[in-house]
Amino acid sequence: MNLRKLGLAGIALAAAGTLALSGCAGGGGSTPSAGTGDTSAIILTNGSEPQNPLIPTATNEVGGGKILDAIFAGLVSYGADGSPVNDMAESIETTDSQNYTIKVKQGEKFSNGEEVNADSFINAWQDGALLSNGRLNSYFFEDIEGFSYDVDSPLTGLAKVDDYTFTVALSKPRSDFPLALGYSAYYPLPAAAFENGKVTDAFGENPIGNGPYKLASEGAWQHNVKIDLVTNPDYNGVRKAQNGGLTITFYATGDAAYADLLAGNVDVIDQIPDANYATFETDLEGRAINQPAAVFQSFTIPSDASAYSDPSAFQHWVGEEGKLRRQALSMAINREQITDVIFEGTRTPAKDFTSPTIAGWSDSLKGESVLEYNPDEAKKLWAQADAISPFTGSFQISYNADGGHQGWVDAVTNSVSNTLGIQASGNPIPTFAEARTQITGKTIKTAFRTGWQADYPSLFNFLGPLYATNASSNDGEYSNPAFDSLLNEGAATADLGAANEKFQEAQEILLQDLPAIPLWYSNVTGGYAAGVNNVQFGWNSVPLYYEITKG
Amino acid sequence: MLYYIGRRLLQAIPVLLGTTFIIYFMVFAMPGDPLLGLFGDKAPNPALLARLQEQYALDQPFFVQYLNYLGNLVQGNFGISFSGQPVNDILARTFPVTLKLAVIAIFIEMVLALTIGLISGLRKGGIFDATALVVSLLLISVPIFVLCFVGQFFFAVQLGWFSPTVGSDTSFGKLLLPAIVLSLFVVATAIRLTRASVIETANADFVRTAYSKGLSRRRVVPVHILRNSLIPVTTQLGADFGLLIVGATVTEGIFNVPGVGNTLYQAVIRGERPTVVSFVTVMVLLYLVVNILIDLLYAVLDPRIRYVK
Repeated sequence: MNLRKLGLAGIALAAAGTLALSGCAGGGGSTPSAGTGDTSAIILTNGSEPQNPLIPTATNEVGGGKILDAIFAGLVSYGADGSPVNDMAESIETTDSQNYTIKVKQGEKFSNGEEVNADSFINAWQDGALLSNGRLNSYFFEDIEGFSYDVDSPLTGLAKVDDYTFTVALSKPRSDFPLALGYSAYYPLPAAAFENGKVTDAFGENPIGNGPYKLASEGAWQHNVKIDLVTNPDYNGVRKAQNGGLTITFYATGDAAYADLLAGNVDVIDQIPDANYATFETDLEGRAINQPAAVFQSFTIPSDASAYSDPSAFQHWVGEEGKLRRQALSMAINREQITDVIFEGTRTPAKDFTSPTIAGWSDSLKGESVLEYNPDEAKKLWAQADAISPFTGSFQISYNADGGHQGWVDAVTNSVSNTLGIQASGNPIPTFAEARTQITGKTIKTAFRTGWQADYPSLFNFLGPLYATNASSNDGEYSNPAFDSLLNEGAATADLGAANEKFQEAQEILLQDLPAIPLWYSNVTGGYAAGVNNVQFGWNSVPLYYEITKG
Repeated sequence: MLYYIGRRLLQAIPVLLGTTFIIYFMVFAMPGDPLLGLFGDKAPNPALLARLQEQYALDQPFFVQYLNYLGNLVQGNFGISFSGQPVNDILARTFPVTLKLAVIAIFIEMVLALTIGLISGLRKGGIFDATALVVSLLLISVPIFVLCFVGQFFFAVQLGWFSPTVGSDTSFGKLLLPAIVLSLFVVATAIRLTRASVIETANADFVRTAYSKGLSRRRVVPVHILRNSLIPVTTQLGADFGLLIVGATVTEGIFNVPGVGNTLYQAVIRGERPTVVSFVTVMVLLYLVVNILIDLLYAVLDPRIRYVK
């Protein structure tokens, strides 16, 4: 080998070596050691990389939500059944469901030693509501006086009485406001979070909370990998942790998390991959979880055709004719069979427009039979509608093809097609973003998949934002004054039980009009390892981690 | 030779410009508003949406957006993801992991391809050759996710030889199983290629000459046959390296490797322009560098190849 060739080989090898070395250097980041708490009892669980900085008002997805719920505590927190208990609140009082006086418990601290007081809440909420801050959860403050979507406007409805007391004035009565206060958007923030009056993204990287857990150290959030939490000894609320900490590993797929559970590398998971639906309950021998979640699935046929760019697409779905057709359609779907066969029992057929995990839910509302499979009645109703105006064209349900919906859409349209003898099929739209663009832009020409996951355990949260006239997520442009007034009456009723009765009456109207055709409630599927105990899932499908014990 | 490397690097510039433009345009042209996807099934208020569009400069026309991106890119700034993190950080975090995985996989592939290919080539038509043929045909025809699941289930969950997922600890031991699976995915072609190349070289005149000069088989096989068979195999390995980096998405998902594939997949689904374009740009860059290295290696393998002006 002559010199020149040696040089050549040297360069090639050195370059290859650098590639390999740089490959090695980046990998092994040292894991932060647990600061306090019993290290032997760290609970290992699954999660996903938060898609926003860990700022309560900037997080609206489950990956970040799970972490925020662990490291922050709100005025109230929820038991497994969704019942609210005061956590940071001493008391929340109102006489008219519109003006609330909130007393904060004295002596509660953030993990940096700062006190939790009235200002912690007021400042956090003001930051979350301000338009120019662009917080994804700003709409949670829309009922507080002073809120504006169009200009930067402070929440004038928030007033500090003394260090531990503040008042909230809403622009209209809302009886379920205290119930909502456990949602992460309403969490308090320490003064350390703010810089020039705004919560910084740097805080969202190393958040300081007041909850049952805290970050194990600065930089405990290893992006795309995991986050290490340890028990916060300063927390004195109702969710006191029974273990030493929580390590949330971010999984890209449910398959990986499930394999880790089977191999004993993770203690609790709250997501079973579709492929294992049929077997996980036997695989896990009594350590499997499969129960309805606060997730409602449906499909929507626009009620007001004129709002859409092609009104003729919905000409058979308006007025009395449309009502009959919707009812016929609903009765033509064999929900029991589809949830059993397609979903292996990991969905629960819908009995209303809310979810069984919510207080006040009922499976025997008047008119609920429209959700039962009844082919004869369906044919009869369809024939009645045809007498008004004969059906033309076909029936389609649009869905986002990136969400695994094809199976059930095909099953539902088959069921419709077989029962009513019309052409029915699915209409895939490539991505979720495009589907949402067509739906909110009103350019869609078919029925479309809709779903709702509650932010807080209240019947109103399933009804108001979706079916009230001009409501923000009223995708089908449904409007019924009778429904609106029952909803408002319920919202103005201070007693929760009495309010729920109004909401149920309102739902009975929905069961006739069917602005969306209810399909089923998603179940939360999960499992845990043999070594852990007291695993219970909350109303929002997240395990109540603080209760879990290990060893 | 430096001149040659310089020229190759200069050639990379138009390639990079072209790629960023095409990818940026394709992500731009993806139907649907990426920001709407952020809100799930909940419809955001129009004012808030407009505020966010302004924040991510999504309200600008295509060329303004692209030129802004390019301007930042020249300064080494890859932009900001929807999660508010600099894309530079994400790149620095994920590329080393995937590179490490690809390097291990390519090494395994090289060892397997050369040994099996050489033996098959030398004993053409024998029982070893026939078995190798059947096994490699099998490997070619099995989709990679099947290999992943089978490997994960048997060797990690059932036998416990490996950890089923990688997660935070991207050490050699943890990456070994996904690397083996990845290498199996590409090794079949390399084996076939080595075998064919060895058969051809073994029949060449200079090999016969070497034997007739009285050289031992131990000297002829590695120095005369193997070395002269390496050029097509090296080309293949170089191409595979690119394939492994780009194609690791499925494997990374199943074994939960915090690498490029996962992140890129999420970014594509969410229509995050800066992240997608930056990742692809770096991938193209890597691919170009590997190709230059392969070309340089040719000269080492074959003295007749010279890189002068």
